[in-house]
Amino acid sequence: MANALINAPKTARRGDTIEIKALILHPMETGFRPGTNGTIIPRNIIEKFSARWNGEEIFAMSFSPAIAANPFVSFFTVARESGRVDFLWTGDQDFRVTESVIITVT
Amino acid sequence: MAERRSFLLGAAAVVLLPFDSARATPEALADLIREVTGGKELRVGRVKLDVPPLIENGNTVPLTVSVESPMTDADYVKTIHVLNEKNPQPHVFSASLTPRNGRAQVGTRIKLADTQKVVAIAETSRGEFWTASAEVIVTIAACIEDVN
Repeated sequence: MANALINAPKTARRGDTIEIKALILHPMETGFRPGTNGTIIPRNIIEKFSARWNGEEIFAMSFSPAIAANPFVSFFTVARESGRVDFLWTGDQDFRVTESVIITVT
Repeated sequence: MAERRSFLLGAAAVVLLPFDSARATPEALADLIREVTGGKELRVGRVKLDVPPLIENGNTVPLTVSVESPMTDADYVKTIHVLNEKNPQPHVFSASLTPRNGRAQVGTRIKLADTQKVVAIAETSRGEFWTASAEVIVTIAACIEDVN
């Protein structure tokens, strides 16, 4: 699915602290809002976001409904070795999206 | 006339009640803070909570939490929590960090249902809890308005 967007440097020097930004398309429906027919719209949110660098978890975050629609997350990490960073979002209604980027460390 | 007035007051109370019961309260926030810290001392400082003081649209509020920390194996920030006072639920997010993060900083966008206090709590690997809070004025609320 192409509805996730990652902003990370393509290259980094070893030991540098780099910023990674991740954005995903999702309504983050809170489960507290009445719809047009007066009934509550069922909750549909992303609950977990995580990032792995060559398999090692470098960041994880759990969301409540108070995270805005189309969740955006920015965090930092130290570039140790070249490799792939895998991002995973999971949530209600079996929501599961993965995205990855390659970062070359020199 | 008096009867009519009391009826109107009663009707107003019935209309307002569902919204009030679906709100977190300062007590719920205090309970969650106790749960997060496990009753340990919560000190003000080290944490910087960046959030605009005045928000037009509570549906997207940019927020950044940064914590002063060497981020070494001996002393690093383990968790950053963000909590609020008046949304339907007091919890906003919890982020897990390791020394590998290099800098204890997390940015995201949140929803705020009302003018309220936002609280950030950082737990360090040494078991200390640091906090910062900010008052945010919201002119158009999120979460509880009807969808049209």
